[in-house]
Amino acid sequence: MEIAVDKRQNCAILKIKGDVDLYSSPQARSQIIALVNNKQFNLLVDFTDVTYMDSSGVATLVEALQLTNKNKGKLRLYKLRQAIRDVFELSRLDKVFDIYEDEQSALHGI
Amino acid sequence: MPQAIEIKIPSEPKFLKIVRATISHVCETMGFSQEDANNITLAVDEACSNIIKHSYCGASDQLIEVLISIHHDRIEVLLKDFGKKVNVKQIKSRELDDVRPGGLGVHLIKSVMDIVNYENHSEAGNELQLVKYIRKKG
Repeated sequence: MEIAVDKRQNCAILKIKGDVDLYSSPQARSQIIALVNNKQFNLLVDFTDVTYMDSSGVATLVEALQLTNKNKGKLRLYKLRQAIRDVFELSRLDKVFDIYEDEQSALHGI
Repeated sequence: MPQAIEIKIPSEPKFLKIVRATISHVCETMGFSQEDANNITLAVDEACSNIIKHSYCGASDQLIEVLISIHHDRIEVLLKDFGKKVNVKQIKSRELDDVRPGGLGVHLIKSVMDIVNYENHSEAGNELQLVKYIRKKG
């Protein structure tokens, strides 16, 4: 898994590439915590190139959501492929997260 | 007699991808829908992750055995570990309304598989049988 971070407006966009699983999710968690510690409270996650995600990936995003909420920021996810949407739905978290079709709509109003 | 595939991996998270790739490929060759193939792959992956986290307490040098049996109407996956015995009665998923990190693996496994059967009667470790039937189209 690789993560590139772009800054756009008042947001950090995390572009994740590859599988987010028990092996790689600690790396994603570290990067998210580092951004929040640097007072970056609006986070967008681009799922275009995320090929797989398990419950450890979901747990990382739940933690990110709690951190951004606590700091009055936003966490928004976009461009999820169906298999990853299914993981959120099976976890009954699809209504808990703000999920958007694309970057433009995710950036709107943030 | 069903065809069988056996994979043995160390309890190291970076090798879970090998299990996922195998399960996914087997499911596709058996005629599972893409959705079911993805779900079965997720369930087996979650079960392996639980072995690493709970049976082996994060140790990466232990053994996980994955036995895949290919039947005409179903896939059966038997996962074996040789770690700490897990109390079957204590295996449960958390309340989903309680949104917090972690505790989703068992829920995902039970949501997507037709049969989930924990056994730990063997001398060492645990066994988990996962079964999914092929859904007839239409």
